[in-house]
Amino acid sequence: MYAFDYRRPSSLAEAAALLRQDPEAKLLAGGHTLIPTLKQRLARPSVLLDIGHLAELRGLREENGGLAIGAAVRHGEVAASDLVRRTIPALAALASHIGDPAVRNRGTMGGSIANADPAADWPAAVVGCGAILRTDRREIAADDFFRGLFETALEEGEILREVWFPRPERAAYAKFPNPASRYAIVGVFVAKFADRVRVAVTGAAPAVFRATEMEEALTRDFRPEAIAGIRVPEDGLNSDLHASAEYRSHLVTVMARRAVEQARAS
Amino acid sequence: MVAKGIGAAVPRKEDRRFLTGRGRYTDDIHLPGEVHAVFVRSPHAHARILRIDKGPALAVPGVLAVLTGEDVAADGLGHLVCGWLVKSKDGSPMRMGKHPLLAQGKVRYVGDRVACVVAETLAAARDGAEALVVEYEELPAVTSLAEAEKAPVAVHEEAPDNVVYDWELGDRAAVEEAFAKAHRVVAVDLVNNRLVPNAMEPRAAIGVWDPGTDGYTLYLTSQNPHVHRLVISAFVGIAPEHKLRVVAPDVGGGFGSKIFVYGEECVVLWASRKVGGRPVRWREERSEAFLADAHGRDHLTHAELALDAEGHFLALRVSTRANLGAYMSTFSSCIPTYLYATLLAGQYRTPAIYAEVKALYTNTTPVDAYRGAGRPEASFLVETLVEEAARVLGIDRAEIRRRNFIPKDAFPYQTPVALVYDTGDYATSLERALALADYAGFPARRAEAERRGRLRGIGISCYIEACGIAPSAVVGSLGAGVGLWESAEVRFTHTGKVQVLTGTHTHGQGHETTFSQLVAEALGVPFEDVEVIHGDTAGTPVGMGTYGSRSLAVGGEAILRACRKLIDKGRKIAAHLLEASEADIEFVDGAFRVKGTDRQKTIQEVAFTALVPHRYPPDLEPGFEASAYFDPPNFTFPAGTYVCEVEVDPDTGRVSIEKFVAVDDFGRVINPLVVEGQVHGGLVQGIGQALLEQAVYDPSGQLLTGSFMDYAMPRADDVPAFVVEFAPGTAAAANSMGVKGCGEAGAIGAPAAVINALTDAIGVRVEMPATPEKVWRALHGRRLAQAAE
Ligand SMILES: Cc1cc2nc3c(=O)[nH]c(=O)nc-3n(C[C@H](O)[C@H](O)[C@H](O)COP(=O)(O)OP(=O)(O)OC[C@H]3O[C@@H](n4cnc5c(N)ncnc54)[C@H](O)[C@@H]3O)c2cc1C
Repeated sequence: MYAFDYRRPSSLAEAAALLRQDPEAKLLAGGHTLIPTLKQRLARPSVLLDIGHLAELRGLREENGGLAIGAAVRHGEVAASDLVRRTIPALAALASHIGDPAVRNRGTMGGSIANADPAADWPAAVVGCGAILRTDRREIAADDFFRGLFETALEEGEILREVWFPRPERAAYAKFPNPASRYAIVGVFVAKFADRVRVAVTGAAPAVFRATEMEEALTRDFRPEAIAGIRVPEDGLNSDLHASAEYRSHLVTVMARRAVEQARAS
Repeated sequence: MVAKGIGAAVPRKEDRRFLTGRGRYTDDIHLPGEVHAVFVRSPHAHARILRIDKGPALAVPGVLAVLTGEDVAADGLGHLVCGWLVKSKDGSPMRMGKHPLLAQGKVRYVGDRVACVVAETLAAARDGAEALVVEYEELPAVTSLAEAEKAPVAVHEEAPDNVVYDWELGDRAAVEEAFAKAHRVVAVDLVNNRLVPNAMEPRAAIGVWDPGTDGYTLYLTSQNPHVHRLVISAFVGIAPEHKLRVVAPDVGGGFGSKIFVYGEECVVLWASRKVGGRPVRWREERSEAFLADAHGRDHLTHAELALDAEGHFLALRVSTRANLGAYMSTFSSCIPTYLYATLLAGQYRTPAIYAEVKALYTNTTPVDAYRGAGRPEASFLVETLVEEAARVLGIDRAEIRRRNFIPKDAFPYQTPVALVYDTGDYATSLERALALADYAGFPARRAEAERRGRLRGIGISCYIEACGIAPSAVVGSLGAGVGLWESAEVRFTHTGKVQVLTGTHTHGQGHETTFSQLVAEALGVPFEDVEVIHGDTAGTPVGMGTYGSRSLAVGGEAILRACRKLIDKGRKIAAHLLEASEADIEFVDGAFRVKGTDRQKTIQEVAFTALVPHRYPPDLEPGFEASAYFDPPNFTFPAGTYVCEVEVDPDTGRVSIEKFVAVDDFGRVINPLVVEGQVHGGLVQGIGQALLEQAVYDPSGQLLTGSFMDYAMPRADDVPAFVVEFAPGTAAAANSMGVKGCGEAGAIGAPAAVINALTDAIGVRVEMPATPEKVWRALHGRRLAQAAE
């Protein structure tokens, strides 16, 4: 680690102001991505602005038939929330499989979304549900948010405040974990709404994406058989030590089928 | 009878401190005036060092010293050594390149030590390390074992074709003859995957030079502090042996990786002198551990088994290439030779065996002993080949083993590969394991799994290992540079408490408990009255340390012998006190008694008399302590049968272990709880090797699996609840307790059981680690082939 200052702003506005003043400042939420990066000396922020405790980022409430979850709500809190389990249980299930208890008790939903790791779980839920991301300055549709590898629509100094998830009729997330990191090699979030089905895939490509051919097939016929023959093209998928693009493409279909099965059973 | 004596499942004494965070590890030790060391490591797999500019590093506030290979040479220090001389087929000695403490002229793997920066704080040392300017000229690297011999790159000039030795064992002519007459020959090509040891506690060291005495103290994560003292004084030459004290306090796991003498601890010790005697401390980062701790395994093998029509093994022919990495680590040469090929008979009476092993340098982290060390590689090979033979000949996998076992009445048994097995009863373990695994019920379980869309398979592994390392004369004749006896001292205090000093070292094995039980039983004293002391060359007798499942079989026997000497002395003292003749005194339940009477003195009373010798035999020395050394006449040979059952998800290739039965013959078991724990740990490591773990280098020599993000360590949910049982057992002949050793068995026997079960499930053998993609590809390939037919 390099030396840095630590600040604990008492409001979102103060955090935003501090961030504006100092381009080298960095937000700290759960620290479960940022701190390992600092320990390896891969980042050199001047100051860490700890926003993990800010009340404005810690809400979890029903809104407009959906769920609004504050950016600094921890994975473990989502997993354990009765409200989430009642309204969109797939989110609680997804959160309960992130990392281990230590990670879930510190890591935040917003940190994960802002970080946009290609293998992270939350982006699949955000895009799968067609959520709305609310920042300190605007609202961004899920489909416009994730731009690429660790790249989002957030501008310099913009703070993710909360995410509003519409409530699907049925939804499920099926994850094939990396045996080492337990992040997703492939994770598929399927959400069935009254008029359409959304299918979001994480882990397989540099950023979360929608499997539109599967969405169309499932909108017509919400059964696993409907997508058994659909393969996302290997082109553009990740290929690494743990899984080739060909295998990932195959796994997307398998995980999508399993998510549909689970959603139907829910 | 002693309450917590031999055979009792006593919970481990040491767990109180470990489980409450009261362990005292090297990095917990803080000394006044201490400073911090950070190593600058090579980012290249192979490069010439053109220039090192210390200036910018020395300019960092707080930096006290920057040390490089040139400084090491200027101070006349020696190199690290490999302590076992292995000779090639032609009689020539192994070709060992120099292994400097800090790189001299060249770096040879990513992570090779280039310089050491010493500073007032850890942060300053890191800043200094970052500021150091090192100019490299990159050279082509060879990282693949398969290509090492043909590569146009020599890792060391001493071995132009990278071959360190080309060694053989066994009767080649007899093997050829048997193959010529064989009914059937079964062959396999095997990869034994490279593993990273990953002890929970990373390596650490604190070096202290005392300007007042000119003595040195090294606190170190070591499995064998006396071996460290020997090598650092005799070969590296930092301090003469009597002026060097090595302390290995609590050590959080070793698995072999803390046997070796590494450059870091030597540099830290020497550096203390460079900074005027201030203690210099170092603790590696986990990412450093991946690069810098010696790796394990890494073999490529072609093996063939000749059989007659009934499935009897006629001969075995093995050709192995072993990766030694960029330098020869402390014991690296003997692992793929004397600890490997000598075990190729397995549990079978294969009459002729021939093995040849080529050891090769590559631009990768050095490879040395890792839990099992050579024996897992041998066992995996033999047991894979046996199941392959069963499949090819259509004989049941258990039956082919029964037909070939060395029978119970054939011991001692001379194998064709040098070892003499003392005792064994392989069939009993096999039958018990089959019963526990409900082998007969397997077809029904497979059918049930099939209905759920899962592929189920069963596999067996009948492993054997040579433990209790080792008879000194035998290993000496084979090239070992040290004797492998063990030592002990047993002392009574005035108040009748017992201190046991051992030359072995415990780093997770539970010696403090097991040895206390042994002594409680031998001397008839309460378990709680025994304290086991180890790990400090200033306070314990010279010993060779802990590895190769030797601590109880060799070190325990030394303790027992010391106890017997005390009893002999006590008899004299008691005879004097009881005014009886020595011949009439018997030692029973902790007391010396005049035979046939109730007149007795407890051992505590006798000890007190020896320490307060007011009424004492005139010609006897006072004091009540004894020391003993034990050099075993032979190895011990733990053996057993493991049965594994797996299920495969054909859609993803994911393998889950549904059932795992282990029946081990460890001879006499001192503490079943401790032994079962050792088996569990070993099995998890073996399963890790079979399904998860592998160190992977890219062609340029970067370690791709350099963290837990990419190197898959087994976790609790990767393994089932194990069924562990100890076979009735055959007593080892090499020690008076009949114990064999249990620390490595699980890691030795498990991989073949898992892979054989997987092969049974999917019909093709997949190389370790059998990752989901490999399994899926194997299944997919088969489906494609079937579709094409
Ligand atoms: C051992 C381990 C296992 C893990 N396993 C998984 C897993 O299985 N699946 C998975 O998805 N993740 C996993 N993670 C990652 C974990 O979920 C992280 O907590 C998460 O990715 C980041 O959240 P955080 O709150 O820790 O963010 P931090 O580390 O505090 O911040 C991450 C980044 O986001 C920025 N940031 C944080 N909050 C905001 C905000 N509100 N607005 C704008 N920018 C912000 C920070 O400045 C920083 O750049 C794992 C992590 C670890 C250490």
